[in-house]
Amino acid sequence: MRRLPWWLILAAAGTYAFLYVPLIVVVAYSFNNSRLNAEWVGFTLDWYRLLFQDEEMLRAARNSLFIALVSSGVATVLGTMAGLAMHRWRFRWLPLLVVTPVAMPEILLGVSLLVFFIQVLHLTLGMLSVVLAHITFSIGFVAIVVRARLAGMDESVFEAARDLGASPWQTFRLVTLPLILPAVVAGFLMAFTLSIDDFVITFFTAGVGVSTLPLQIYSMIKIAVTPEVNAVSTLLMLLTLVLVLAASRLDKGLMRAGR
Amino acid sequence: MSGKPDPRHTRPRGARLTKWVVTAPPTLFLLAFFLAPALIVLVASFQYPGEFGGLAPITNPGDGREHGLTLENYAFFFSDFLFAEIFVKSFTVAALSTLACLVLAYPVAWLIARSPRHHRDLLVLLVILPFASNFLIRVYAWMIILGPQQAVAQAVNGVLALFGLAPVNLLFSPFAVLVGMVYVHLPFMILPLYTNLEKHDPVLLDAAQDLGANAWRRFWRVTWPLSLPGVFSGSALVFIPVLGMFAVPDILGGTRDMLIGNLIKDQFLGVRDWPFGAALSILLTLAVLVLAGLAAWAARPRGAT
Amino acid sequence: MSLLEIRDVTRRFGAFEAVKEVSFGVEGGEFFTLLGPSGCGKTTLLRMIAGFDLPNAGRILLDGRDLADTPAELRPIHTVFQSFALFPHLTVAENVAFPLRMARVPDDELKRRLGEALDMVHLADLADHYPHELSGGQKQRVALARGLINRPRLLLLDEPLGALDLKLREEMQLELIKLQREVGITFIFVTHSQPEALALSHRIAVMRDGRVEQLDEPSRIYGFPVNRFVADFIGNCNLLEAEVRAADEGGLRLAVAGLGEVRAPPDGVSKQGDKGLLALRPEQVGVAGEADPAWGNRFPGTVEDFLYIGDVTTYQVRLDNGFRLQALLPNAAAGRARFFDPGDRVTVGWSGAAGHYVRET
Repeated sequence: MRRLPWWLILAAAGTYAFLYVPLIVVVAYSFNNSRLNAEWVGFTLDWYRLLFQDEEMLRAARNSLFIALVSSGVATVLGTMAGLAMHRWRFRWLPLLVVTPVAMPEILLGVSLLVFFIQVLHLTLGMLSVVLAHITFSIGFVAIVVRARLAGMDESVFEAARDLGASPWQTFRLVTLPLILPAVVAGFLMAFTLSIDDFVITFFTAGVGVSTLPLQIYSMIKIAVTPEVNAVSTLLMLLTLVLVLAASRLDKGLMRAGR
Repeated sequence: MSGKPDPRHTRPRGARLTKWVVTAPPTLFLLAFFLAPALIVLVASFQYPGEFGGLAPITNPGDGREHGLTLENYAFFFSDFLFAEIFVKSFTVAALSTLACLVLAYPVAWLIARSPRHHRDLLVLLVILPFASNFLIRVYAWMIILGPQQAVAQAVNGVLALFGLAPVNLLFSPFAVLVGMVYVHLPFMILPLYTNLEKHDPVLLDAAQDLGANAWRRFWRVTWPLSLPGVFSGSALVFIPVLGMFAVPDILGGTRDMLIGNLIKDQFLGVRDWPFGAALSILLTLAVLVLAGLAAWAARPRGAT
Repeated sequence: MSLLEIRDVTRRFGAFEAVKEVSFGVEGGEFFTLLGPSGCGKTTLLRMIAGFDLPNAGRILLDGRDLADTPAELRPIHTVFQSFALFPHLTVAENVAFPLRMARVPDDELKRRLGEALDMVHLADLADHYPHELSGGQKQRVALARGLINRPRLLLLDEPLGALDLKLREEMQLELIKLQREVGITFIFVTHSQPEALALSHRIAVMRDGRVEQLDEPSRIYGFPVNRFVADFIGNCNLLEAEVRAADEGGLRLAVAGLGEVRAPPDGVSKQGDKGLLALRPEQVGVAGEADPAWGNRFPGTVEDFLYIGDVTTYQVRLDNGFRLQALLPNAAAGRARFFDPGDRVTVGWSGAAGHYVRET
């Protein structure tokens, strides 16, 4: 093994610092006893206390959780089907249909759904439109994770099951599903994280009817920055941290499949 | 003979049924909520704006309102140099962000690829973790860091003062937009680069050295050309989303740092000229398709690695 | 002065000594082979000569100059790697020209030498192809041309034939010998395959556990192994425990346990009372239906088993006193797979000039 030059290690360490310092700053200021994000004054939990008295914020959090649960649940079912279909039958058009919503700039999906909901479905923007939008972009992520898992598996186990007399449904229930389950759960967690975190598409599809945590954070950043933003950011970071760690434990290939 | 039918005869029909039961639901959902809306936007880009926002009808409503299809929205785009300027600015920001990401990502990707196998997963996870935190939070963090009372701004302005220059505002500037873009998209560059670099056969570097290449030329003659597919796919993953991003300029940029994304957002949520917004979206889509095609072509597998 | 001199070279990895105080010289123009089982230290030694690794102790000299401070890229020594290590993003021509580019050879000279090198290995037609479009043998030739093009003082070959199939390997062996003779560059060849080493080399260093056990010409390594390991590793060998009973000009008289007295050629060193081994190649052992008067040593036995190889058949014969000997007979008559069947009573024997007394056990 060749030794790595010292300057390379230094440069890499610099990039890692670039990745982490900003987040550490946010967390640190969430405990700062000052209205301004300027200098360290002293330790306090006031901003968290304030956060849990903020009715609007709590409502947004409840909305976010509800939307994430429903959309990632549906997306997991549909995405798993799409992943199986892409792997098993190798349609040429299916990957295109599944992956494009993931690959294109979010604003394009947001805008097209906005036009579609209002102009075609005459839907009042709200919880339903946001859930539908979140399902749309989550399907691709789940499908990619599931397909990556299937691609890494020995094809002959499915043939063996059929050979031994299992029907397609039995094969799925007794062989395929148990084998891909880690990927399915990882895909669910990923879709959940994406939904909780999504700002751009929600921004276009939520209308005035419903607010989510990211929308709430956005309006706070735009209108009046208070350390309450730091506090809610820290909590949200903690939540997604747990979700991502859980997903990566479940499915080793997840990080690569997500690309 | 038993009464049970030979499974070989029942299988084709069962298989076809399975195929459609599995494929149809996700396909139908995506046709309805991805493809149909995309097509609607395409049509909308040729429509007139409605009186109170939205779209004017295509068929004549009989009340003298504007209706039908038109090329006016595209003509409007090309009529004012301001719009072309915003597109050019967006491409410039995207190109600079991509370049900055590449410079920052390469050492990390290399370090991970050359680390002992059991360290790699951890190092990759460390790249992913900040990326998992909310996108707005990551942008907001730079709002704090680049703020005028922070150490960064103080230091920069201190140095400027030494040379007798006026203090600058780091926040709400093109610089802040660039930093935000790079920060938000960096993992998209690191991961494909790492996946590529990990596959390199280390013996090729031995061979290059053996044949007279020093460290510098080993990099430029072997590692760099072999990593180009990773560079191209990483670049596409940074360039394309940056091109459509409106939130970063919205939060970190000044009033003049408007990019395509902000322009589109304004058409839908601000001035409510949907057809023009749709036309802009279509132009952005075309740009993205061309770029994605170019990236796919450039990153196509050549040689056996 | 030897072209390359290895002096007391030792390489340790932690507590493990991969190469232990190895010394030898390689002469200019030689085809020199390092032969040994995997893990014997031959590749480690090769990497130290190439410059990818440095010895913990000892010196490596090229033309009398110590190489310790010369990095691999500046050593006039090239390597042909086991995997060939062709650059996948470069064409055949670009691969072969790589060392010239590194040496900043001017374009017109580069073109001329590239043409010559490609002709030398018969690859001119494939100049614009990429490595993944080549067969194993073609890749091998590209690697050779690339290693030889700027005429290094020394070409190191690390099991370069290991990746090829049997038939191709034999072809490439002949090509290698021819190539080395033509270019006159010194080759150091690393292999674990003893027939390859015997076929190709001017001299062979047999290595085990980081040491050179024997260094000699192929026929002497095969004919006069210095110890049990070399005798056993190179070809097949019947090894019998023996004690020297008498030694004189005419030869050695050995007492082989259970076999009685056996005659062996003189070695000029051993004396009465020495204990060692009698090494007897299967092809030196004859098998006959009845005693052949020409054999100086002969013993009755029973055929136990045989192995039909094609050109030859080997027989396992159990002597009446319990010993098992291996004998090899050529199948000179077409269509005939064997001369004896298991259970046949035979006489095995060998001439007093055959066999070799190995002093060390």
